[in-house]
Amino acid sequence: MEYFLQLVLAGLTKGSIYALIALGYTMVYGVFKLINFAHGEIYMIGAFTALIVGGALQITTDLAPSMIFLISLVAAIFFSAAHGATMERIAYRPLRQAPRLTALISAIGMSLILQNYVRLAQTSDFLPFHSMIPDIPWLTPGVSPITTTQLTIVVTTVVVMISLTLFIKFTKMGKAMRAAAQDRIMAQLVGIDMNRVATYTFVIGSVTAAIGGVLIANHMGQINFYIGFLAGIKAFVAAVLGGIGSIPGAVLGSFVLGMAESFGAGYISSAYEDAFAFIILIIVLIFKPSGLLGRNEVEKV
Amino acid sequence: MSDTILDIRNFSMIFGGLHAVNCVNIHIDKCEIVALIGPNGAGKTTLFNCITGLYTPTEGDITVYNSNKKTVRINGLNPNKITELGLARTFQNIRLFNSMTALENVMIGCHTRLKAGILGAILRDGKTRAEEQGVIDTSMGILKKLKLERYANETASNLPYGPQRLLEIARAMATEPQLLLLDEPAAGMNLAETKRLDYIISKIRDEEQITILLIEHDMNLVMSIAERIYVLDYGELIAEGTPAEIKANPAVIKAYLGE
Repeated sequence: MEYFLQLVLAGLTKGSIYALIALGYTMVYGVFKLINFAHGEIYMIGAFTALIVGGALQITTDLAPSMIFLISLVAAIFFSAAHGATMERIAYRPLRQAPRLTALISAIGMSLILQNYVRLAQTSDFLPFHSMIPDIPWLTPGVSPITTTQLTIVVTTVVVMISLTLFIKFTKMGKAMRAAAQDRIMAQLVGIDMNRVATYTFVIGSVTAAIGGVLIANHMGQINFYIGFLAGIKAFVAAVLGGIGSIPGAVLGSFVLGMAESFGAGYISSAYEDAFAFIILIIVLIFKPSGLLGRNEVEKV
Repeated sequence: MSDTILDIRNFSMIFGGLHAVNCVNIHIDKCEIVALIGPNGAGKTTLFNCITGLYTPTEGDITVYNSNKKTVRINGLNPNKITELGLARTFQNIRLFNSMTALENVMIGCHTRLKAGILGAILRDGKTRAEEQGVIDTSMGILKKLKLERYANETASNLPYGPQRLLEIARAMATEPQLLLLDEPAAGMNLAETKRLDYIISKIRDEEQITILLIEHDMNLVMSIAERIYVLDYGELIAEGTPAEIKANPAVIKAYLGE
């Protein structure tokens, strides 16, 4: 029973991280029908920023660990958001009228550039990341099944999801995004500036990815320039699983994926942990090609 | 011609080897109702697409005279910039934001004039809330003018066909245009609905002082509301004049009926 509970918690944690990254994929796809393959790199840059800022603060100041965590999180958010906005500006905006394949290739190029730029600027080795999230006393490891880091990850994800839902539902920019997702040309004709929508979409996606990156680095304890690749692919799978373009779909897909991986690794074999994601994806796509919550697109002729 | 609102000069649009519209001159004065007619494929919608910024014209100038007498050449501007200059349009096939309510569809149209940013949305200060309430009131007002208020909270895709077409006009009006471009507003409407549309278009012009340019195939509607008519055929402007003149014009009769 305790083992089962542990697997559930591990699945929730994984699912939360996937959800934070998958949001960026699904929002960009929803508005621009573009798969931003460089999105995983934004997450990796978030983790690196937190490592550098957090490390510098730990050496030079004697702030409380929780303060250091918050400051490095904010730094990571800003740095990643700047990367996201710049990426949109230079790699995707000039190609907005171009065929979708062109933008996709640009995305892959962007992904390689960002990976190698971090590798050159930092290192290709795994770097240790000392968790900056202080333990809450009543969550003693070994006694309670959930660790502080896990709790932080799940709670943060829930808070991010709720704020994002409110943002999309009630703000002017949220409405503009929904309108643009439904009919980009019509949205422009009612006066919506697509460039602004693009910037906001990429910034929001980058912010959630950065949060995911910082949290997972605290949880896993080590990072390198390549972590964005697998995490990005998995989050992309989660977004497709839930129905790409749909925000609730991305969240649902992420948790299904997290649970599947956790239980697959726990009960079947941990050697195939990464394979479970794709097995689930294939099964779902056979029976529901548009994803769990995706709408079937009816092509009008 | 001091009160010209839109001036199109030597305008051509070429797609590859196809001259969709060829060297056309059109001007529209303030508070006119002008119709653009012509057989299918004459280039009417292409002209609309160029005016609203979806296409960039191959040749010629499209100039908008703003309410404060500012002259803006709009060739190749982004559609949202053109909307800000006071041009709004509807489409031949309905293009509503289907998963939003009728009210939200109209509120989106008010978008250009909202000032509050993200911070306001998070803090929900008095100013933001007042502005939002203002948008809701304006949007409801527009829906009422078009007798659509009972559909306000219905999802757009659930509206009957006639009201959906009117909702497109309502959304266009929410951008506070000076010039409203209607692409076949009566397409698919029954006789009673067309009659009402006739009344509504005249009312929009009379009460809101909005100039109207419409493409229409329903000749009864065109002849009853248009003050001036332009006739396009194979991308060429073949006639211009009052409804009576157009009815008697041999070139027009030839274009429509053949020889």
